[in-house]
Amino acid sequence: MDFQVVVLAGGTSKNLTPLVSKEVPKPLLPVANRPVLYYVLHQLEQSNLKDLIVVVEGKDAALLVGGWISGTFVDRLHVEIAAVPEDIGSAGAIRAISHHLTAKDILVVSGDLVSDVPPGAVAANHRRHDAVVTAMLCSVPISGPSESGSSGGKDKTKKPGRYNIIGLDPGKQFLLHIATGAEIEKDTRLQKRILRAVGEMEIRSDLMDAHMYAFKRSVLQEVLDQKDTLQSLKQDVLPYLVRSQLKSEALLNRIPQAEENGNEKVSSGNNQVMVSQILANASTPSFHDLCSVSHDGSAPIRKTHKCCAYIASSSSYCVRLNSIQAFMDINRDVTGEADHLLSNTISDQNNIVGPSTKLGTKTTVGPHCMLGEGSEMGDKCQVKRSVIGRHCRIGSHVKVVNSVVMNYVTIGDGCIIQGSVICSNVQLQERVVLKDCQVGAGFVVTAGSEYKGESLARKEK
Amino acid sequence: MGAQKKGATARVSEDPEELARHPLQAILLADSFTTKFRPITLERPKVLLPLVNIPMIDYTLAWLESAGVEEVFVFCCAHSKQVIDYLESSDWPSQPNFLVTTIESHNSISAGDALRLIYERHVIHGDFVLISGDTVSNMSLTQALQEHKERRKKDANAIMTMVVKQSKPSPITQQSRLGTDELFMAINPDTKQLLCYEDKAEYSKGFISLDKTLIADNPSIVLHNDKQDCYIDICSEEVLSLFTDNFDYQHLRRHFVKGLLVDDIMGYKIFTHEIHSSYAARIDNFRSYDTISKDIIQRWTYPFVPDILCGNSAIKVERQGTYRASEVTLSRSAQIGPFTVIGQGTKIGNDTKIFHSVIGEGCTIGSNVTIEGSYIWNNVTIEDGCELRHAIVCDGVIMKSGAVLEPGVVFSFKVVVGQQFVVPAYSMVSLLQQPTQQDSDEELEYADSSSGNVELPSAKLNGDITSDLSETRHGPTSELGTGGVGYIWSIFEGGHDEEWRHSVAPITTDKLAKIMLDKDEDEELLTQDGNVLSPSGELKSDSDGNDSEDDDNEGSRDDYVSFEKEVEATFLRAVHENVKVDHAILEVNALRLSYNMASVDCAGAIFYSMMKLAVESPHSSSSELHRNAADVITTWQKLLKSFLHDIDEEIEVILKFEEICLESAKEFSPLFAQILHLLYDKDILEEDAILRWADEKEGADESDKVFVQHAEKFLQVRNELIMFIRVCIWLL
Repeated sequence: MDFQVVVLAGGTSKNLTPLVSKEVPKPLLPVANRPVLYYVLHQLEQSNLKDLIVVVEGKDAALLVGGWISGTFVDRLHVEIAAVPEDIGSAGAIRAISHHLTAKDILVVSGDLVSDVPPGAVAANHRRHDAVVTAMLCSVPISGPSESGSSGGKDKTKKPGRYNIIGLDPGKQFLLHIATGAEIEKDTRLQKRILRAVGEMEIRSDLMDAHMYAFKRSVLQEVLDQKDTLQSLKQDVLPYLVRSQLKSEALLNRIPQAEENGNEKVSSGNNQVMVSQILANASTPSFHDLCSVSHDGSAPIRKTHKCCAYIASSSSYCVRLNSIQAFMDINRDVTGEADHLLSNTISDQNNIVGPSTKLGTKTTVGPHCMLGEGSEMGDKCQVKRSVIGRHCRIGSHVKVVNSVVMNYVTIGDGCIIQGSVICSNVQLQERVVLKDCQVGAGFVVTAGSEYKGESLARKEK
Repeated sequence: MGAQKKGATARVSEDPEELARHPLQAILLADSFTTKFRPITLERPKVLLPLVNIPMIDYTLAWLESAGVEEVFVFCCAHSKQVIDYLESSDWPSQPNFLVTTIESHNSISAGDALRLIYERHVIHGDFVLISGDTVSNMSLTQALQEHKERRKKDANAIMTMVVKQSKPSPITQQSRLGTDELFMAINPDTKQLLCYEDKAEYSKGFISLDKTLIADNPSIVLHNDKQDCYIDICSEEVLSLFTDNFDYQHLRRHFVKGLLVDDIMGYKIFTHEIHSSYAARIDNFRSYDTISKDIIQRWTYPFVPDILCGNSAIKVERQGTYRASEVTLSRSAQIGPFTVIGQGTKIGNDTKIFHSVIGEGCTIGSNVTIEGSYIWNNVTIEDGCELRHAIVCDGVIMKSGAVLEPGVVFSFKVVVGQQFVVPAYSMVSLLQQPTQQDSDEELEYADSSSGNVELPSAKLNGDITSDLSETRHGPTSELGTGGVGYIWSIFEGGHDEEWRHSVAPITTDKLAKIMLDKDEDEELLTQDGNVLSPSGELKSDSDGNDSEDDDNEGSRDDYVSFEKEVEATFLRAVHENVKVDHAILEVNALRLSYNMASVDCAGAIFYSMMKLAVESPHSSSSELHRNAADVITTWQKLLKSFLHDIDEEIEVILKFEEICLESAKEFSPLFAQILHLLYDKDILEEDAILRWADEKEGADESDKVFVQHAEKFLQVRNELIMFIRVCIWLL
C-alpha cells in the first residue's frame, strides 16, 4: 500500500501539566502502563502500515521517543523520528517534514489517539474514492467517570457536548461541512453551492473529528505551500479542503501521479490506476463528478475534489488523550470496557496483575485494575478501578480508587488516593489524603497532608 | 398508564374523538393572491383557468373528494362571482357526502386575511386540509392524517403537517421544472419536524445559516435542497386562531411557517410528510402550468386525467399519449404528434402539425399551421400558416394568417393578431391596458386588480364583443399588426429577469448556464475567509461587507435622529407643561429603552434639546443668550445629571455642545467657554471630563486630515474653542 504514515506525537503539551515533563513527554505518558504512542503504532502495525514518520516537538523529547520506539518496535516498523520546533502547529509540522514525504497518499494520525479503529480501513476508504482527504469521524466520547461523579468536578472537565458540526451526504461517505473550535458556538453557515450539488445534507453534532486523516500527498503539499497561513490540520487545512471541494484550487492534475508511476515499476503502477478507475466507474458518479461536468456535457468546467469521511462504528473505541480528564478516562476504559485494546497485544504478559508483584495479606485489587510488574503492596490495601505502574512500593492500609499511579512511586501507610494521578518517582509519606489531584514527577508529599483538587509539581529549575 | 395520561391531558385526547364525529374538512383558497398569471387573471380567476381543458379547481376538488374530505370551504376573493357561478353550475353541489360551501370576501389581500375571515365564521372544527385551488395531486391523505393525529396526541403543539415531495436537486431542475425558487428545508430525520424553511433564496447569499440552538437540540439535522413543497397542509384548528392572533401574517409560508419556526415561546411545531409514489404539485406560474399539464397528459396524476375526469364527453386516449375528443374534424394530412390533447368540436386543416400541445374546444385551426408546446384554449381561431411555439392562447383569440408567436408569448382573452405579424418572445398581450400602478408588493397588487378591474372584464365577457373591438381597434392596432387588437404589456422593471424564469417556453441552455454561473459567482463573493478567494472575489466581498456596514450605520443613525427628536419633544413638553423633573426622567428613560439607546445618547439628546430651547427663546445679544442658557440649565440640571453617570457621558455632552456650536447654533460658539464654565459650576461636568475632552481634541486635530475642505473654518473655530477651554481650565 503506497501509504506513508505521519504520526504527530506532540511534545510537552501544556494541557497535560504536571503529568508531562521533560523526562516524560506526551507520547510517552503511560496508559495502562504503556506509552500512549504504543496504541497508535500498534494499530498501524496491525493494518500493515509500517512506513512511519513520527514527528515530535522538541529535540530532547524526540530522543526519548526515538529511544523507546527503537526499543519496542525494533524490526517490526520502519520508523523515522523527526524533531520539529514547538508551537508550529500540525500544519507546520507537516511542512517541516514535507521533503520526507514521497508516497502517493499520506496518513496523518495524532499520536495521542487511543482507538481500535483500524487505520487501514481509513486508508482503504480514501483510496476507493480517490479522495483528496479522508477524515475519520467517531462518536463523541462520554467524558467524566462513569461510576462516581467525584472526579468530574474538575474544571478541566469538558462539558460532554459538541466537538464538531459535521455535514455528510446521504450516503455518509462524503464530508460536506465541518466546523471546529469556536465556530461551533456560532450559527452554522452552510454553503448553498454544496447543498445544491448534493441535494441533501445531514448535519451531525454527535460526531467528532478524531484527527486521523488520509491526504493525497500532492494536494496536501501544494495547499501547505500556497497557504502559509494555515496553522493546524484540524482547524484550518481540513475545513479549507472541505469548503473548497466544489471549487478546487488545488491542482489535481494527474501529471505527478503519472510520473511516479513511470518511475516506479510500471506494471504495478498501471495496475493500481486501473483498479482505482474500475472502482470509480463501478459506483454511480458522485455529485462531484456531476458538478464538475457542465450541463451541456462538454469538458469539465470546474475542478472538484472529494473529501470523504470514514465513520467509525459506534461500538468502537476512539478517544484522544488531550486533557487530564481524558487521561483518566482512557486509563479507566483501557483497563475496563475497552480492554480489547490490551488483549490484542502480543508483547509481555500484561495481565491485570503483573508478574513478580507482592501483595500483602487482606489486600484486594478490584476488577478493572492493573498492577505493573515488580510492585509491592502492604497489608489490607484496597485498589479499585485504578492503574498502578511498575516497581511501586505501597504500604499498608492504602486505598487507591479511580486513580493512576505511574512507575517507581512510593506510597506510605494509610494513604487514601481518589481520582488522582501520581506521576513517576513520587513519594507519598504516611497518611496522605489526595482527592482529584495531580502530582508531578518526583514530588514529595509530606506526611499527613491533605489535598483536594490540586495540582502538585516540583518547581522547574 | 397510557389511558391515565390521556385522561390527564383531556383537551388533547378529546380532539381526536371529536374528529371522529366531525367530517373531515378542507379549506380551498380559490385565489392565489399573486399576479403571476397576469394578464389572464385580470379577466378570469386563476382557479378557473383550463388545465388540459378542465378548470384547475376541478382537479383540486376531485382530489379532495377522493381523499375522503367531506366538507370543503371554497374561499373566493378575486372574481368571486365567477367562481361561485362556476361551482353552482358544476356537478359538485350534487355530489353525495361532499359539501362544497363558498365563502366570499372582497377585501382580503392575502391567505392570512382569508384564514382570519374563515376563523370568524366558526365553521372549522378539528383538523382540516389547507390547499389552494391550483393544486393537482393524487396522494392519499390517510397516512398523513393519521401521522398528524398521532403526533397531536403526544404533543399538542404539533399543529401542522406539510406535504413535501422529492425532486431532483440543482437549481436548474427546480427552475426548469416548476419555475419556483429554490427551497431549503432543514428536517429532523427522526421526528420529521421541520426546523428551517428558506424559500425566497436571496441569490446574493451563498450561505444558509442554521441557528446554533437548532443544532444543540437536534443531534442530527438533514438539510434538503431536493424537496418540493406541495402546498398541501394538514392543519389543526389552532392554525386559524394563530392567524387571528398574529394579524400581520399574510403569506402562508413566508410569514406563517417562518413565524412559527422562529418563535420559540409558543413552541408550535410543524412536521413534514413526504410522499414518494404519488403526485402533488402546485401551479405557481406559467412554467409550472406547462409542466403540470404535461404531467397530466402523461398520466402521472392518474386517476385525475382528462379521459376519466370528463367522463361523459368521451375523450379517448390514443397512441403516443394523444387524447382526442369524439367530435373533432381533422384533415387527413394533419399531423397530430405525441402528447397532444384536442378538445371537442375543434377543426384542424390540411398539413397542420401539432405536437406536445393542448387544443381546447371549438377551435378552428387552418392549414399549414405549426403548433408546438402550446396551450390553446377554447374557441380560438388560427388562420392558415400561423406558427405557435410554447405559447398560451386564451379563449376567443384570433390569429390572422401567417402570424407567428415566438416562445413564451401569452395571449389573454379575445386578442387579435394581424396578418404576418410576429409577436416577440415573452410578450404578454391583453385587451386590457397594463395597470399603470406598479406596486412592488405582489399581494397588494392583486388586491387592486380584484377590486378595480374585476367588473370590467366580466362585463366584457358577457357583453357584446363587437363594441369592445370597435372601441379598442383604433388604439392598439399598431401593436399587433394590421387588424390586431390588444396591448402588448411592457415588462416592468426588474421583471425583465423573471420573464424567462416563469414563462412556458423552455429555458434556453445559455440561460441555464447563466443561472449556474450567477449562483456560483454570488457565492464566490461571499466565500468565507479571504484566503480562499480569487482576488477579484475578495475585492467584491469586501465592498459588499462595507456596504452592509454602512447600511447598518445609517440605520442606527436614523434611529438616533428620531430618538433625539422624541427626546426633544418630551423635553419641550416638560418645559411647557411644567412636568416634574422626575417624570421627565422617567419618560426619557422609557424612550431610551424603546429605542435601545445608551444613557450616553440620552445625555447628548437632552443637552441638545436644552440648548435648542435656549437658542429658540427670544434673545437679542449673546449675553441674553447666555442668560437663557443659564436659566435652562439651572432649571433642568437634575434631568441632565440623572443621565451623567460617568465621565464618558460628560465628555459626550461636551462633544455634543461642540457640535451644536459648529453646526446647528453658531450663536453659541462665542459662549462656549462661559457655558462650559457654567456647567462646571453646576457640578454637571467634572474637571476630569473637560480635561480629557481637551486632550482628545488635541490629538484629533492631526488625524482629522480627512476634513480638508472643512479645515479652514472648522479648525479655526475649533482652535478658538480649544483656546477658550485652555483659558477656562487655566482660570479654574
